[in-house]
Amino acid sequence: MSLAIVSNCIGCWACDTVCPNGAIRFGTHHHEIDAARCDECAGTYADPQCASICPVEGAIVDTLGEPLNPPGSLGTPQMFGVGGEPADPTGVRCPS
Amino acid sequence: MDGAFAPRVPAVDALAHHPCFSEDAHHHFARLHLAVAPACNIQCNYCNRKFDCSNESRPGVVSHLLTPEEAAARVLTVASVLPQLAVVGIAGPGDPLANPARTFETLERVRKVAPDLTLCLSTNGLALPDHVETIAALEVGHVTITLNTLDAETGARIYPWVFHAHRRLRGRYAAAALIERQLEGLERLVERGVLVKVNSVLIPGVNDAELPEVARAVSTRGAFVHNVMPLISDPAHGTAYGLAGLRGPSDSELEAVRESCGGDMRLMRHCRQCRADAVGMLGQDEPVEALLERMQRMETVDPVTAQSRRAAYRAHVAGKAATPASAACASECTTSCTVDCAPALRVAVVTEGEGLINRHFGHATEFLVYDTDGQAVRFIGVRKVENYCTGPAGCGDRVRALEGAVAALHDCRAILCELIGYHPWKALERAGIEPVIDYAMEPIEASIRALHASWSDAGRLETELQATG
Repeated sequence: MSLAIVSNCIGCWACDTVCPNGAIRFGTHHHEIDAARCDECAGTYADPQCASICPVEGAIVDTLGEPLNPPGSLGTPQMFGVGGEPADPTGVRCPS
Repeated sequence: MDGAFAPRVPAVDALAHHPCFSEDAHHHFARLHLAVAPACNIQCNYCNRKFDCSNESRPGVVSHLLTPEEAAARVLTVASVLPQLAVVGIAGPGDPLANPARTFETLERVRKVAPDLTLCLSTNGLALPDHVETIAALEVGHVTITLNTLDAETGARIYPWVFHAHRRLRGRYAAAALIERQLEGLERLVERGVLVKVNSVLIPGVNDAELPEVARAVSTRGAFVHNVMPLISDPAHGTAYGLAGLRGPSDSELEAVRESCGGDMRLMRHCRQCRADAVGMLGQDEPVEALLERMQRMETVDPVTAQSRRAAYRAHVAGKAATPASAACASECTTSCTVDCAPALRVAVVTEGEGLINRHFGHATEFLVYDTDGQAVRFIGVRKVENYCTGPAGCGDRVRALEGAVAALHDCRAILCELIGYHPWKALERAGIEPVIDYAMEPIEASIRALHASWSDAGRLETELQATG
C-alpha cells in the first residue's frame, strides 16, 4: 500500500515537508514516493498528508492509479464565480 | 485577545533602510529576496504556482530554488558589489513558514555572514503563531502578512483551500482558520516588538468594500503599515481569477480604496509587487541571472570591506536626507492630509534611484505620481509601463508602448524626466501632459515644489484648474 507521484508534479516540495515517514525525495524530473516507506499515513493521520497539501490536481495517485485530488477538486473558477456565490462554501468535498 | 495594542514606534534606523517599509528608503536602498521556500500551505485564487517566467515580476514566481547554503553565498556575492543592499528577505516562491527548516537555516546563515543586514519575511500567516518565538529570537525585524479579508465568506472566494492541522480545509472553514491564525500571529509579533506590514490584495468585487475594515483591524492590533496592492489578473498567468475573467482595479479605483483605508494608518504606496527572487532597488529589478552574470565582470570585495562600504553608503544617504517638511508629508500623511493640503497639481517623475529625476522618459518602466499644493509633496503611487525605448534592437512596438505611457499619465499635468525624445514629447503635449526636463538630476520633491512655484507665478495653475473644472 503506497501512493505515487506522477509527471504533472511541479516540484514545490510541499509533500516532502509534511510526509511523516520521510518517504518523499526529489527524483529525476519530479518528486517521487519510496513505496517501501509509504503507508498512506494509515494510523498516523486521517488523510494522507502529501495529497492533503499538494496544489496540483492528479499529481498523486493510489495503487490503482486513481488521483487523490481528481480534476476540479482543488478550486476551479466555478468555486467563486464572477459575482456569484461559492458553489461549495460548506466544504462538502472535505474528505471527512 | 481583542486588546488595543499601541502601534510600536520603531527606531528610526530600523525603518530608514528598508525599501519596502519606507517610501524614502526605497529611493536609496536595495533588497535581495532569497528563493529558498518552495512549499505553500494554502492556495490563493490570484496565484498560479506552475507559472515561472523570467519576464514576469510578481510574487510567487521564481526561476531557481536555492539551498540555505547557496542563499548565504548569494548574499555575500551580491553584497560585494551592491553597497545599497540593506535588506535580505524570504518571500517564497511558496510560503516561508511552510518551509520552516529551510527558511530559518537561511536566516541564521545570513545573520552570521552579514550581521548588519536587516532580515525580513513575508507570509500568508497560517503557520505564523507556531514560529513567533523563532522569528523574534533570530531578530527578524520586519514581517509582512498578506491579509485580504476578516470575513470567512469572503475568504472562501479568495482561498479554495488551506492545509492546517494535518487536514485540507475548504470553503469558509479554511478561511476562518487562516484569518484566526493571521490575527493571532500579528498580535504576538507586535508584542515581541517585530515591525509588521500587512499586505492586502485589492480584488474588485470580492474584498474592495472590506479593506477599510481590514485597515482598522490591523492598525488596532499594532501593524505598522498597510499596503493595498492591485490584483494582477491576466488569463495568460493561469490563475483562477485570471481564467475566470476577474479584472484588476484601475489606477483610480486603487487610489480610492487606499484613501478610504488611510485613517490613522501609514499606507504604503510604492510597492512593486516583486518576485520571490528579486534583487536590487525597487522598480529597477533585473533578472537575478543577469545580475550574477554582470557581477562576474565587476570588481568584487571581501565581506568585511563590503560591510564597511554599506556603512559608508548609509552615512552618505543620511547626510543628504530629505527636508523635514517634505519627509513628513510624503511618508506620514494619509487621508487627513487632503484637508490641509488639497492637491493643486499632479505630476509624474521618472527616476532610477537616489531620489533624483535621473532617467530618460524612453527608458521608464514605471512612473512615480505625486500631488503637491506647493508646500507638501504627497506620493500617490506607482504606474508601471512598458518602456518606450529598449535600445536599437528593441524598437518593435513603440506606438503601443507610447500609447500605454500616455494613458498611464492621463491624470498628470506634467512629467519630469531627465531627457525625452521628440515623438513622445509631441504625443504627451497632445494629451495635455507637459514634459519637463528643467529639473534633470535634481531631487524629486524639491523639483516638484519648484515646478509648482513656477507654474503658480505664471498664472498657469489657476487657468488650468479652471479649465479642468
